[in-house]
Amino acid sequence: MVSPGAKKQKADERAKYQRLATSIVPKPPLVRNAIVAFVVGGLICMVGQGVMNVFTSRGMSQDEAVAPTLATMILIGAVLTGLSAYHPIGEFAGAGAAIPITGFANTVVAAAMDFKREGYILGMGAKMFIIAGPVLVYGILSGVLVALIRWLYRG
Amino acid sequence: MATKRVGGSTIVYSTPPVIVSAATVAGPKESEGPMVEWFDETVPDDMFGERTPEKAERRFMEDAIKIAIGNAQVLPDQVNVMFAGDLLNQIISSSFTAEKLAIPFVGLYGACSTSVQGLTMASAMVDGGYADLALAVTSSHYQAAERQFRYPIELNIMRKTTSQYTVTGAGAALVGASGGKIKITEATIGKVIDMGIKNPHQMGPAMAPAAADTIFSHLADTGRNPEYYDVILTGDLGRVGAEILLELMVQRGVPLGENYADSGVLMFEGVRGTGVGGSGCACSALITYGYVWKKMCQNEISRALIVATGALMSPLSWQQGESIPCIANAVVLEA
Amino acid sequence: MGGAICALGQVLLDTSKLSPPHMLVAFVVAGAILSGLGIYDKLVDFAGAGALIPVSGFGHSIARGSLMEAQRLGVVGLFTGALEFTGLGVTTAVFFGTVIALAATPKP
Repeated sequence: MVSPGAKKQKADERAKYQRLATSIVPKPPLVRNAIVAFVVGGLICMVGQGVMNVFTSRGMSQDEAVAPTLATMILIGAVLTGLSAYHPIGEFAGAGAAIPITGFANTVVAAAMDFKREGYILGMGAKMFIIAGPVLVYGILSGVLVALIRWLYRG
Repeated sequence: MATKRVGGSTIVYSTPPVIVSAATVAGPKESEGPMVEWFDETVPDDMFGERTPEKAERRFMEDAIKIAIGNAQVLPDQVNVMFAGDLLNQIISSSFTAEKLAIPFVGLYGACSTSVQGLTMASAMVDGGYADLALAVTSSHYQAAERQFRYPIELNIMRKTTSQYTVTGAGAALVGASGGKIKITEATIGKVIDMGIKNPHQMGPAMAPAAADTIFSHLADTGRNPEYYDVILTGDLGRVGAEILLELMVQRGVPLGENYADSGVLMFEGVRGTGVGGSGCACSALITYGYVWKKMCQNEISRALIVATGALMSPLSWQQGESIPCIANAVVLEA
Repeated sequence: MGGAICALGQVLLDTSKLSPPHMLVAFVVAGAILSGLGIYDKLVDFAGAGALIPVSGFGHSIARGSLMEAQRLGVVGLFTGALEFTGLGVTTAVFFGTVIALAATPKP
């Protein structure tokens, strides 16, 4: 049985060490990272806007154009991933590459490429959504709940 | 009463075994680094022509063993026992390779500290008279480790300022009673130390306290100063972890001097996209059996303290919010 | 606009302990909630794809589709509408993801 005193001493030692480690661990270059994320994320969205303009110029309403735009961007993200080009973009731009829908496609394709070695059913099939799954699950959960609340509220 | 010990945790081999031969096989990224000239074999294809990275890792290990026993001019069935370990679940690289070579096998898991664990055990078998020849082997593979411990390879992930890069390669040492120049004289078996670091991207900071503890115990057990050694080499702390270790040793009153180096830092100096240095079982093995052992054979280093560090977490344990327990094991090599 | 959302995500990654998957989930949920409050529609009007392409737009599209169908069909619509705008995206991801994964191998 560890005495409470010893336990406290251990916790203190850990806290002291973690302060030391935090002081030595280099800080991420916040400004650089934010700017790069802004520029790369912005560029991807501009491409998306371009795609969307193509669809709306063919007579689609903005609502109708959303789905095909997202699908096109997903296709672009998937192809770039297959060419091993999205990983370096992500390493460079962080959230700038992760947050746009192309990043969503990247998580699906990257997982599928990796896990196909464990077979097409238990590997690729089962693990394709290993990163994207939570986004879908919580996106749908929160989306439906929000819609429910608003629907009840407005009648 | 055990007689071949000093202090709390150090083994003293009474008739020090020797490294009969050692071999290193390195992957492509490792061959871009400054250490390339010290490796016995460099493989330009990290997949080694295989379909999966796991299979490729076994090929690295198999080649390292074959070169080591080939250089010693012995046959696999003359090796009495092989101590091997790697990073993959259930150490499949080691056991599958042992099956292929039909050498009696003891599996080890010490994460990236496995190289020194293996050397410690192989030396004990030889010194104890239980083996004429014993192998200590370890391997790691970037892709295989990455997909087991972190994310799929092609995922868009930005490196953290403390991220390290798993070394692809394998190292093997053949230990015997005679027939080599470099003796294994002592070994210090470390305690598992957990200072509460939870971030799996901070392996260096997680492992540094274990390295400090083992180095400190070793010096206290043997009554030596850090200056006794020409080289004190840690396994894979990386630049950040190494800096923390130096600070911890200052706090403990035994500062390390110019003779201190870290394998992870040496491995990838100047190689782009490798974060703060190498990691993985092969990191310490490649530098120890490649650079240090060969330098010792060339009489350029006479005493080396090799401290391999390992982070003993699993993907399961960190997902469940546990902090990262770490170990460091040390051996002394003397010319 | 899209750039600003990404920059916000990067700052979140750098300053908190969130892993990238946690951050993505946070953004998709935030998008859905802002949609419910009627704020995200304004963002879309203002920025178009800049608000729709980030993953927060994904949450918004789910909430919007769900609400739209609920107003038309009642409770059933809540569920059928969730993937109204995003279903095509998910299907595309699965379909092309599989095709490309079959053809390509990861390179470190």
